Amino acid sequence: MSAMAFADPAFESQAAFRAILRAIASPGAIEPCGRGLKPPSPLSPAAAAAILTLADFETPLWIAPSLAEWGEAAAYLKFHTGAPLAASPRDAAFALLDLERDSLDLKSFAQGAPDYPDRSTTVVAETRSLARRPMMRISGPGVRGMAEIEFGPTPGDFLSQWEANRSTFPLGVDLILAHGAEVAVLPRSVRVTGGE
Amino acid sequence: MLEDQSAEDETAARRGAMGLLARALASELTGPLTRRFADHGAKDLKPVETGLVMLRGRAGGDGAPFNLGEATVTRAIVELPGGERGYAHILGRDAELARLAAIFDALWQKPDQRRTVETCVLEPIASRLEAARARRSAEIAATRVDFFTLKRGEDEP
Repeated sequence: MSAMAFADPAFESQAAFRAILRAIASPGAIEPCGRGLKPPSPLSPAAAAAILTLADFETPLWIAPSLAEWGEAAAYLKFHTGAPLAASPRDAAFALLDLERDSLDLKSFAQGAPDYPDRSTTVVAETRSLARRPMMRISGPGVRGMAEIEFGPTPGDFLSQWEANRSTFPLGVDLILAHGAEVAVLPRSVRVTGGE
Repeated sequence: MLEDQSAEDETAARRGAMGLLARALASELTGPLTRRFADHGAKDLKPVETGLVMLRGRAGGDGAPFNLGEATVTRAIVELPGGERGYAHILGRDAELARLAAIFDALWQKPDQRRTVETCVLEPIASRLEAARARRSAEIAATRVDFFTLKRGEDEP
């Protein structure tokens, strides 16, 4: 039996959109997103809310192999958003992956074009933990001084991948981190350095 | 017999069934549903929504398409415990009617229920629509005027 998406699509997707917008505007801030949503396993409410809110029939969606195996989760997102599935990460407007079971390769996604940097992939990543702890430090637009973030599992080469992603600004991907019913965002404009 | 039908026939048959359900009256659906399918167990897949669709027309039936205007439609999508998905779009804002039509679309897809749905629900709707159409054409036929054009000969070579 398939699951329902937002019970009140207009208001709940606007609330999720607002939460994602706030999280982008202040990188590192952890915002509630997708409370009350019961997506099929293994999707988290936050990741499901982000995809349901952002993706539509015009935005190809790439689902990482570990989640695509769960036919029900992929079918749920496809049914409720109407988004076509992208054949490769490079063709995707939005991508969904799980940091624990999928490898993260920021370069494999669409980077945007110099005239249209918005044509890059927005990556939604499922995490096992997400907190404001000084494992990594974030600085840049939208951050007063330094912000702290910890998410896991973090790929071993994350900091060098992120530095490469940031160095091509205004090109590059934005990363939405989802855990439970909370999101945080690392936009392409911020610098991320190791903390303690 | 239904099993040998090609997928195309199946699509055409479903389109016909959905077309009839879209024009059903609430009384034509609630009665059979409570009498014969009280345990249908259908659940909404998306909340029933009311919105607008653009109606397009063509002058004379084959001219350039133009936008005639918008119509209010209500859409319902339900799923039965067996996984059959029923869809319905109806004119107007009656959410309950749209849901009923979607439930019957889903029930129609179950091979063992199709006959019952067709005889108890679709056929009465079809005969009502046919009667209304016949009445209307009889009214129009009564006021029929035939125009005659006298041949004047100027088109002759």
